[in-house]
Order: sequence, then C-alpha cells, then structure tokens
Amino acid sequence: MEQTIFYILASVAVIGAILAITEKHPVHAILYLVTSLFSVAVIFYLLMAPLAAAFEVILYAGAIMVLFLFVIMMLDLVHPEKGLSPHWREWLPALLLSGISIASLAAVVLARHGEDAAAAPQALPIREVAVCLFREHGLAVELVSLQLLFALVGALYLGKQPKRGDTE
Amino acid sequence: MTASTVDIALFAAKLGMVFLAILTLAAYLVFAERRVLAWIQDRKGPNRVGPLGLLQPLADLVKLLTKEDFIPAAADKWLFCLAPAMAAIPAILIFSVIPFGKPLTIAGHQVPLLIADLNVGLLFFLALSSIAVYGVAIGGWASNSKYSLLGGIRGLAQLISYELSMGLSLVPVVMLARSFSLTAIVDAQARIPFILYQPLAFIIFLISITAECKRIPFDIPEAEGELVAGFHTEYSGMRFGLFFVGEYINIIVLGGLATTFFLGGWHGPVLAPVIWFGIKTLVFAFFFIWMRGTLPRLRYDQLMHLGWKLLTPLALLNILATGWWLVAAS
Repeated sequence: MEQTIFYILASVAVIGAILAITEKHPVHAILYLVTSLFSVAVIFYLLMAPLAAAFEVILYAGAIMVLFLFVIMMLDLVHPEKGLSPHWREWLPALLLSGISIASLAAVVLARHGEDAAAAPQALPIREVAVCLFREHGLAVELVSLQLLFALVGALYLGKQPKRGDTE
Repeated sequence: MTASTVDIALFAAKLGMVFLAILTLAAYLVFAERRVLAWIQDRKGPNRVGPLGLLQPLADLVKLLTKEDFIPAAADKWLFCLAPAMAAIPAILIFSVIPFGKPLTIAGHQVPLLIADLNVGLLFFLALSSIAVYGVAIGGWASNSKYSLLGGIRGLAQLISYELSMGLSLVPVVMLARSFSLTAIVDAQARIPFILYQPLAFIIFLISITAECKRIPFDIPEAEGELVAGFHTEYSGMRFGLFFVGEYINIIVLGGLATTFFLGGWHGPVLAPVIWFGIKTLVFAFFFIWMRGTLPRLRYDQLMHLGWKLLTPLALLNILATGWWLVAAS
C-alpha cells in the first residue's frame, strides 16, 4: 500500500519537475514545481519525517515559490514564449554536476541492493530532532544562520534608497 | 495497523459531521454577518426568506448555482477555474488538526474529537495557510484583468507578511506547551489558558489572522473602493461563491485555532466541551464582524509597516522574554 503511494507520488514529483522546466509560461512552471514539491513533502511524511514534510511545504511551496510568483506577477512578462534557450556553455557544467550526483546515487543504490533492505523508518519525536540539531550540530546551525544574516544585510544594502532630497 | 469496521464507520461519521457542520456554519456566518452589520448600521438586513430570514443562505445558494458561470475571454481558463478551489480546500483541511472536544468513548471505542492528531499539527496549519495564498494570487492573475491582478499581488504581499508574525506569535505557545501537537497544547491549558501568560502573543496572533482572512481593516486585496472587488472581480456564480464561502470557512477555522492556542480549546466549566469550543469560536467570528462594522480600511503601506516594523519585532521580543521567563521559572 505505502509502496504504491510512494511510486505514484514519486512519478508525480518527477513529471512535475520535468514539466516545470519544459513549460514556457513562468506561472504554469511555478505551479508544476509546487506540485512536485508537494508530492516530495508527502513522501517525507511516508518516510516518517513529518517535520521535514511540514518545513518542505512551509518554506519551499509556501514561501520561496510564492516569492517567485510575486516577482513574475510584478514583472508581467508579455511574451514568455520568446525566452532564449541558454548556450551550451551555460548548461553543460550544470548537466555534468547533476550527472555526477545522479551517478553516485545510482552507485550507492546498486551497491546496497544485495544487502538487507534498509531498516524500516521510525518516527522520531521532534524533541530528539531538536536536541540533535542544536546540541550535536550547534556550530553548523549557527553558521547557516550567519549565512542567512549575510543575505539579509546584503538585500538591505541593495534595496536601500538614496537619501531623500538628492533626487526629489 | 488493523482497524475494525466499527472504527472506520465512526471515523467516516465524524468526517461527515465535521464537514457538514463547517459548511452549514459558514453559510450561516454569511447570514449572521449581514444581520449583525445591519444591526450595527441601524437597518434591518435580510429578513424576508423564512422566519427571521433564516432561509436566506439557501436562497443565496440557489441564486449562485443558477447564475451564468462566466469566464473572461483572455483568461487562463484552467487556472481561472481551479483558483477558487485552491483558496477553499486548504481552509477546510486545516480544521482536521483542531481538537473540538474531549475524546468520547462509544461502545468501547475511543473516539478522539479531531480528524487527525498530527504531532506537527501546528506546522501543518502554518503549511496549509501558506499554501492558501495561491488561490488568491492565481485567481487574480488568471482573470487577465488589471483590478484582479492588483488584488492578487496585494493579497500575495499581505499574506506573506502576516504569515511571519502569525508563525512567530505561536512560538511562545509551543514553548509553554512543549509540543507542536494541538491536542497537547489544549491539554497544557487544562487549568490556565495561555492568553493569561501570553496576552501580547494573543494580540499579535489576532491581528495576523484578521490579515490572513483578508477582513476589514485588512481587506486590501479586495478593497471595493479602489479595486472593484480585487482578485475576484471577474468571478461569478458558484466560483465566486466558493471564494466567498472559503473566506467564511477561514474565519471559523482561524477562530477555532485562536481558541485552541490561547483560550484553552474545549476546556470549560459546566457545559459540554464541544459547546465550549463552539462558543469560543463563534465569539471570534462575532469579533471579526464587529470589527468590519467599526474600523476603516488601512492603506497599503500602513499595512506593510504594521506587519514588518511592529508586529514581527514585537513577536520576536516576546519569544525572547518567554525564553527568559521559562529559564527563570525552572
């Protein structure tokens, strides 16, 4: 039962992702990507990781994609069909890097194929996730939050308006 | 996991009852709003259909169903049709994590009075409320009308801004209850509701949910004085009805959540738990209507300033203060 649901969701995620990059219209592309992210979130839930599922929806589907949509609606692109296709020098490195990661994933899966199936996932109380995150990986969490702070300060600097009176 | 037939039947019955109750309540909330607003403005309101006008929602339903379902010529047809559902479905789904009564025992079967007791219930609510933005944005965009587009963009900006302060105002609740589960949050308030510990968080949450359900004084996405009807300008018939009912479902659900987070949920003396939950939720609904009859609309920049420069920093300070207090108390 769960396996069937997993395969359905996984195919929805992959098809959604493919449609998101082939669709010429940006708003449609965003909706396909949201669908894809949503099914990934449900897969997380199936894997007994409700916290990851909730954050996937809150952050990716609910915040980042909404901001994308906001920008696209503000720009109001008139002829989305005329988008230029990127030069091979631009997509080749991306293809190479993603090829490496897919190949390593395939290698890991094939290497573990003979062994016993991975232990059934167990639901972890949120408290334990928090303890693990802030006690064992505290430094990493702080570094990531610093990085976010840099981005915030950078955005503030870029968005800062010249002082009034200079132009008006 | 094996579930007996009785369990499945009980669950189905619960699901059906909740669904029916929410939709009926939403329909009657529209009626109540019209009557209460009329009362505030010293006029009568709809009172012709049935005794005291009580059959008015039915008449409205017939009217909406028989109206022409009009789709503007240059609209994005699929998205135009889907958008009302995208707005209403998350609102109904959020109710599935709200405990609305004490667990019952029927014929030896324990029946918890909520649909799904998720251990991340609070995050589930935040996730769905962030998804609900799409209905407004896509509806406004797909109509291919300037008014609708402006309404949609305003809706997007408003909902993103107030989601932040709403989420942050709930952090102290989680800190006090030490759980994301709504059942645990209600249990933690068995003696003292959190509103007494966290009046500031309650006020921030109340303002944020008013903005989340786009009610006056935050109804900028549909400001009729400037944008005709905002994101649903081009909608007619039952599609408009779905947007409209979705808004009232949202009021009920957000009222229920405010009850759960701050007013002790279904806890209360003498009366049955379900009745207490209903009373508290309807008090919030009345409060929303009352505000609509009282307050003027904020300007767009005032709304943004209030959200980002006042509510969000206050919510952050409140989290800090709660942390200190918890450490000092332990």
